[in-house]
Amino acid sequence: MKTTDTAPTGVETPGSPGGSGPVVTKATVATPRKRSKSEGATLNVFSHGVLIIWAIMVVMPLLWAVMTSFKTDKAIFTSPWALPDKLHFENWSRAWTEAHMSDYFLNTILVVGGSLFGTLLLGSMAAYVLARFDFPGNRFIYFLFIGGMSFPIILALVPLFYVMQNMALLNTLHGLILVYIAYSLPFTVFFLTAFFRTLPSSVAEAAFVDGASHTRTFFQVMLPMAKPGLISVGIFNFLGQWNQYLLPTVLNTEPEKKVLSQGLVQLAVSQGYKGDWSGLFAGLVMAMLPVLAAYIIFQRQVVAGLTAGAVK
Amino acid sequence: MQHGKYRFIVGFLAAPLALYALFVVWPFIQSIYYSFTDWTGLSPEFGMVGFDNYSRMLDDEVFWKSFQHSLTFAVVLPLVTVGLALFFAFMLNVGGRRRRGAAIAGVRGSSFYKIVYFFPQVLSIAIVALLFQFAYNPNSGAINSVLKGVGLGSVQPDWLGDPDLALICVMIVLVWSTVGFFVVLFSAGMASIPRDFYEAALLDGANRFTTFFKITLPLLWDTVQSGWIYMGILALGAESFAVVQIMTVGPSGGGPDYSTIVLPLYVYQKAFRDGQAAYATTIGVALLLVTLAFAAVVMKLGRRERLEF
Repeated sequence: MKTTDTAPTGVETPGSPGGSGPVVTKATVATPRKRSKSEGATLNVFSHGVLIIWAIMVVMPLLWAVMTSFKTDKAIFTSPWALPDKLHFENWSRAWTEAHMSDYFLNTILVVGGSLFGTLLLGSMAAYVLARFDFPGNRFIYFLFIGGMSFPIILALVPLFYVMQNMALLNTLHGLILVYIAYSLPFTVFFLTAFFRTLPSSVAEAAFVDGASHTRTFFQVMLPMAKPGLISVGIFNFLGQWNQYLLPTVLNTEPEKKVLSQGLVQLAVSQGYKGDWSGLFAGLVMAMLPVLAAYIIFQRQVVAGLTAGAVK
Repeated sequence: MQHGKYRFIVGFLAAPLALYALFVVWPFIQSIYYSFTDWTGLSPEFGMVGFDNYSRMLDDEVFWKSFQHSLTFAVVLPLVTVGLALFFAFMLNVGGRRRRGAAIAGVRGSSFYKIVYFFPQVLSIAIVALLFQFAYNPNSGAINSVLKGVGLGSVQPDWLGDPDLALICVMIVLVWSTVGFFVVLFSAGMASIPRDFYEAALLDGANRFTTFFKITLPLLWDTVQSGWIYMGILALGAESFAVVQIMTVGPSGGGPDYSTIVLPLYVYQKAFRDGQAAYATTIGVALLLVTLAFAAVVMKLGRRERLEF
């Protein structure tokens, strides 16, 4: 409030982009401009310096991992920062076949594929009903879903382990899919409820007047309209489920059913005994690169998807 | 739109609600109930023991250690991460050389920085933890060999093996992996603050640092506050579990002499290693209370008049 008061229209005109032109700008604001010009240059150097240092700190560990994945075990231990003598691709093939990276990838794709589809379908169904229909208990159900976002998952995992055991869902991929869906619902419902509220109701009413049932209106009219929201929340859930570590660590402990993140940890433990560090690094990089590549390609959508929830 | 409305509502809500109730709500309720029993998790029989688990917890040294560490995470990590992210975001948006007609300018290549900073956010925390476990390796890790390279051959800390350093090492990894997300988040918020505010302030003779505290921060307050809570929940929950469980192996997990153990890891150990499911849920309830208290404190301290612009 007070900040708006300090920007009277008279001052606003000269400097603002929509102002009256460069000549006026120079004449009216010459003094403060000049003083802060040198300040601006120093600041510019300083800020570039700081920003570059952090960029290097982010990239170096990743580049180091890529480099290490092409080295021999001996070179890894004697000179960690030296370039590989040649590209040892055999590390990669060893990781892919012997270290079961291919199985981990397949399991992850199956689990994430199934749970992403289920999350989006069930999440949008619940969100649509909660956003657009009045019925007793609406608010209660909404807050029941939302509450799941701030509760520590580990608390529920102890009984959940035994619930899954009793239903013979423990150590199965379909059991993991159901759990992923259930734990993705709070954010998905929260996000999509807000999204469905912003959609105009006139289109749905028109479809309804034309004789479409509620179900048909939802699938043929509302879902296509909600596509941008579905993409955002879909990317958010995809990354969350692809990178999930806690849930599979507790609920999916059979070696051949493991997903990528826990498989790598398992690999780190077993390679520790075998001493195959280069193979492990190859596995790490193998798991890292597809996600990073996808991020660089769909950069805009990924950032929008991941930050959308926090802004709301 | 009354025709068949309730049938439709029930039909659409049944599946998601059933799944959610069975796998999320019901286990939560059960775990609070179990915390008053002597259930081991191994046999189906158990009896009620009242507050025994809770009084045992209050006398448990390892519990207090993990409580203290989790509390440190919840206080220090949001402070460092949000602080660094605000600093970087401000540099990105205001640190540039001024161009004609604009009072403030973003640095050149700011979108490049944002892309790079966001890298860790798309990686699994498990991968990040493994990577840093190797970087911290005292004999052949990346960090110690850099120290050797710059002539600090005598300074070769044991990092994760040193009880005094291990916790800090783990926290650095969490900061490294989350700062980029908040930089991008805050940067988007800063970009939406009208430029005339800065112009007016600069004309009035304010310097950049005054503009940060008087303009940027107040107008960004809602985002900062929700970022703070988000980071705190992350630092108390699954993320801290993953880094500590993966990076600090030790004889029992949780670092040398329990120097890095955190509440979620202690819950996990009690339930799935020691066969003390009831006691594990008691620690879990304590973690729940810490999380709720954290959120309440941040909301209370952060309450300000909302600024519209």
